[in-house]
This record gives sequence, C-alpha cells and structure tokens, in this order.
Amino acid sequence: MSAHAEPSTGHHHGPPIANQSSRVSSTVLGMFLFIASEAMLFGAFFTAYFFVRVVNPDAQPWPLPPFHLPVFVAGVNTAVLLTSSFTMHWALQSIKRGNRAGMKAGLVLTLLMGLAFLLTQMLEYARIGFNPSDGAFGTIFFGLTGLHGAHVFVGLTLLSVATIRAFRGHFTPEHHHGVEIPGIYWHFVDVMWIVVYTTIYLL
Amino acid sequence: MARNPFRSEAEAYRFLLLTVGYFALIVVGASIATWLGVVVFVVLTAAAAFFWIRSRSNEPALRPAVPARETRENERRILVIANETVGGPELREILRRKAADVNERILVVCPALNTQVRTWTSDEDGARSAAQDRLDASLARLRQDGVQASGEVGDGDPLQAIEDAIRTFQPEEIVISTHPEGRSHWLERNVVGAARDRFDLPITHVVVDLQAT
Repeated sequence: MSAHAEPSTGHHHGPPIANQSSRVSSTVLGMFLFIASEAMLFGAFFTAYFFVRVVNPDAQPWPLPPFHLPVFVAGVNTAVLLTSSFTMHWALQSIKRGNRAGMKAGLVLTLLMGLAFLLTQMLEYARIGFNPSDGAFGTIFFGLTGLHGAHVFVGLTLLSVATIRAFRGHFTPEHHHGVEIPGIYWHFVDVMWIVVYTTIYLL
Repeated sequence: MARNPFRSEAEAYRFLLLTVGYFALIVVGASIATWLGVVVFVVLTAAAAFFWIRSRSNEPALRPAVPARETRENERRILVIANETVGGPELREILRRKAADVNERILVVCPALNTQVRTWTSDEDGARSAAQDRLDASLARLRQDGVQASGEVGDGDPLQAIEDAIRTFQPEEIVISTHPEGRSHWLERNVVGAARDRFDLPITHVVVDLQAT
C-alpha cells in the first residue's frame, strides 16, 4: 500500500487554473455571456438600421419606393416560426413526462417548420426585387434578416442532433439536457425574429 | 444578480410569449397613431421594469449551501474522491484503518468522467451510468470489509466534485485516490496539488496500482 501526503510545491506551469464561482454556475454564466454577446451583435445591426431611419425623417411610407417588403408572407413565416416554438416546448414537456413519441413528434415538427421558415426566407430573397448593394436600406435589410437566418441554421443543426439522438433512444425524464439546450436556443432565435419582424416589416 | 430568462426551456418559452405580447401591443398602438405606439412602448417598458424589480425584491433569500450538521460522538467524516481506482485494495485498506476507533461517516464520490465532445453535446448518460456502476461495486466491497459508506456520482471535474461534496457533507478530511504516476490523468493535471491549494482540509493521496493486484 502506498498512502502518502505530497507537499504542495507552489509551482504551476501554463495558464492559471480556471476557477469556478460558487454563486454562479458555469452553465448559467455561459448563457449570460452568450446572450450578452448576441445582444451586442444584433444591437450593432439595429443601430445601423435606426440610423438610416433617423437620417430620413421625411421618408413616409417607410421604406421609400422602390423598396417593397412582403409583409404578409413574412407574417405567415413568423406564425410558422412561433408555432415551431410551441412544438419545441411540447417536445420537452413530453420527455419530462416520459412520453417519447410526443418528444419525437415535437422535435420533427419543429425541425420541419424551421426548415420551412428558412426556405421561405430564401424564396423571399430571390423575389424581393432588390439586393444588398441597393443602398443603405438594402444592406441593412439583408444584413439583419441574414444574421437571423444564420441563427436559424445553427438552431436547425442543434435540433437535427437532438432529433437523431431521440430516435436512437437517448433522453429520459431525468436526463434530457440535449433537448433542453437546443430548446432554449430555439426560443431565443424566435425572440430575435419577433424584434426583427416588428422593427423592419411592421413599424 | 439579474434573473436569466433563458435559464431553462420553460422560462425561455414564457419569455418568448411575453415578447410576442409586448410587440403586438406596440404594433396595434402604432397602427392607430404613431404617438400612441410610443406611449404604449413607454408604458409597457416601464411596467416590465417595475415587475422585474419587484420580482427581484420578492425572491426568497438564498438557502444556506450547507445544511445543519448532525454530529455523533467521536464522529469523523471522510470524503473519498476516486474513479477507476474506487475499488482498489490500497484505498479500502486505508479507509478501514481510518474507520478504526471512530464513528466513521464516509462519502465516496465518483466523478462522471467524460470526453470533451460528449460534454459539449450534453451526452453524459453513459459517463454517469459507468460511474454509478463503479461506485456500487466499491460500496459493496467496503461493506464486506465492515466499512459503512455512502456514495454519489459527482461532477466530471474532480475539483468541482470535491467542492460540491464539501458543501453538503462537511468532511473533516479528504482522501483522493489515483493511479500511479505516469498512468494517472489526475496526477498529470495536478489535481491533488490543486485540491491542497483550494481546500483548507487535510488531504491524503492514495496511490492504487490496479495492475499490481
């Protein structure tokens, strides 16, 4: 048997060892930092958008012709995305109650509606009649909606992993972190779309 | 500290619904008259800030992390951190000796070691299950040796697992069991040295050579 007490040398090479706060868990802190960084990212784009509007105080209606936004199509797309948040919530509530079929159905429906949203947005880009190089408004419009579209793509990737895992028998009522995290992200993406849609299409 | 609205999926979903209602009312107001939209925006934002501040003041006080401790006469609490070496004879022997002549209370914590990729993808079921199996086998052996111990699966980071257990178990000493030098990831990462720097408790390092047994 070899039981011994080793003296502390006090020497440490390399970067300092990461310290974990006892008040804020690393996961909560990570989510705070993520949301803060995302708020700054979208905030930069919104600042540019409002700047364009403020320097055109007489522009009524907004946007000025020849720009025209398909408000109704985007509204239907918004409804699709909001419904996908409902099915995401349903998926998580299902696995919490041990209903695996409900979880799978919820994840698949969420994935399909997310794909439908992204495809509709691509069709909208193709038929909208202007491009990112057509003035400041065109640049900001494609920048903001494209940035959000990129987030939807990341969310779909996370959802795909969760769906595959669900069909391979992963997740239990006690352990479903792999569904919870994509769910949080998906709702966050929806919140950002509400802000983008209201600001650009409606107001 | 502000409450994170994205702490869980259910809270994020609730936040989404509130956001939809918030913007819907602003759009309705603005569609009637621009000034009305501004008024709705100001009123709703002020109301949201008011309820947020009030909810913060109504939050229950933080519970003490460490529950009141019940002590028996001549009691000694020993926290054991071990993973693959959890059933090793050297560890069992030293626990048997430490348990002699005292009312021992031993908590064995088995960190759920996992790969980085599985940690990032929240795929920890396998790691926890394997750690639980090792822990169950170890506790059964300790019982055979006459040592009463309880156990739990801990965080994948051994230092975090120790910190978690200290808060709930309040040990008088810690025993860390590792493989010998050269075969131990924990020694390579200086887990024992870091634990001595971080925790103000006597720490015994037990080297278990499973290949020699």
